[in-house]
Amino acid sequence: MAYSDKVIDHYENPRNVGSMDKNDESVGTGLVGAPACGDVMKLQIQVSAEGIIQDAKFKTFGCGSAIASSSLATEWVKGKTLDEAMAIKNTHIVEELNLPPVKIHCSVLAEDAIKAAIADYRQKTTKKNGASAG
Amino acid sequence: MKLPIFMDNHSTTRVDPRVVEAMLPYFTEHFGNAASRNHAFGWHAEAAVERAREQVAALIGGSGKEIVFTSGATESDNLAIKGAASFHAKRGKHIVTVETEHKAVLDTCKRLEREGWKVTYLKPAPDGLVTPEQVAEAVGPETTVVSVMLANNEIGVIQPIEAIGAAIKAKNKNTLFHCDAVQGVGKIPFDVEKAKVDLVSMSAHKMYGPKGVGALWVRRKPRVRIDPLIDGGGHERGMRSGTLAVPLIVGFGAAAEIARTEMAEEATRLRRLRDRLHQGISRRLEHVYVNGTMESRLPGNLNISFAFVEGESLLMALKDVAVSSGSACTSASLEPSYVLRALGIGEELAHTSIRFGIGRFNTEEEIDYVIDLVGQSVERLRELSPLWEMYQEGIDLSKIEWTNAH
Repeated sequence: MAYSDKVIDHYENPRNVGSMDKNDESVGTGLVGAPACGDVMKLQIQVSAEGIIQDAKFKTFGCGSAIASSSLATEWVKGKTLDEAMAIKNTHIVEELNLPPVKIHCSVLAEDAIKAAIADYRQKTTKKNGASAG
Repeated sequence: MKLPIFMDNHSTTRVDPRVVEAMLPYFTEHFGNAASRNHAFGWHAEAAVERAREQVAALIGGSGKEIVFTSGATESDNLAIKGAASFHAKRGKHIVTVETEHKAVLDTCKRLEREGWKVTYLKPAPDGLVTPEQVAEAVGPETTVVSVMLANNEIGVIQPIEAIGAAIKAKNKNTLFHCDAVQGVGKIPFDVEKAKVDLVSMSAHKMYGPKGVGALWVRRKPRVRIDPLIDGGGHERGMRSGTLAVPLIVGFGAAAEIARTEMAEEATRLRRLRDRLHQGISRRLEHVYVNGTMESRLPGNLNISFAFVEGESLLMALKDVAVSSGSACTSASLEPSYVLRALGIGEELAHTSIRFGIGRFNTEEEIDYVIDLVGQSVERLRELSPLWEMYQEGIDLSKIEWTNAH
């Protein structure tokens, strides 16, 4: 299978590889996929008090297209509000990376990872606000 | 050293220059049809084919008269199993085979199942082997054909064919024993008498011969009957009609002869290279697992799982090295290797497997280059792997509730 130049670029020079402290209240963590399926993505976001994603990190177990999809996702969410980041669709990733049909699930997983990270962050802040209210 | 390096010799092999040399005249001056009985062009072609028949048969201890040339191993497997099943259907409609056989055998059996045959698929032990007792137990009075491969194309394990042959015949002397010997012949000693086989599939391009030609060895004493799949001019004693591909057959013969005379020496060399690769990788990396037994294995085969690193991403890193992976991502099916699954290897490890197939033209320098590249690449990809990170943190990956099931 031939890879697009953009997939190769992200695979060879992945952006924002790393981990953040998942217990930090400004950090949301998404862990999606399963080792048995051959894809696991961990995507983390750090959110400012104003609700802007200031930083993003990822680690991915998966094929080159899965690595590229998650690398691209971290680039795209940075600087966005949570609602803007929620609007990122897998089809945008497919288009940007020229993923073939057999690799579409990689982009779906990247979208899921963004949503899971945001959900985790929102759950943390709701809990915190709930606690301070009580 | 020239890049890229070809280390995928189970998929195919480079044609040996001596084989090419032998073939060339049969494209040009000796272009006759081997079935032309009335002129010198035909006689010359026929003589060349007969010589190749002897060369191929000699490799497995058979007679040239028992060789049926085909288009390749897939056709040979189809012809052996469907041909024997069809001819002997009155004996019973039961077939025994193994879960780790090549698709050319498994899909042939599946078709026969749809046509009313009963097929028993034996499960190998975690080392990849079936036992003679296991095979014999599955054979009954209704069993027409048993098909067990000599050496596996993914993990290279060598089945105890001689003991299996004896066990089958002791249980039911009428049961025909077919052996897909494609990966094994020319690499390891194999003798049709010792193995008590009735039908043997072979392919030229796995032994440094040309693509597009294979053979089915069909026992003559006692005579084994099969129905043809292709009807026509009655070539190959009626078992396979169609004009013989003379240049390819000549190449097959030359390749078989080279394999026979150089086998022992080549096996020693390949085993040394394979062990060097295995040791080099194991010394450099932790959590690497060999799939299939190392005790009974093709000299040039190494199949390794690199835990926490997905196979296709590793193939991408090894872009200067042609190898293959059992990862789902390299196939259209999204399922990891059925061979590794049959051994009871977890899907998560099956996704991380790489098959190295070392062959005649690989060098020690290439092996050292591959060790280094694999080491670097696995280390880099593990830094990228959330599973590796979790493992380092002491998290039990089997206890995690993962989100999607495929």
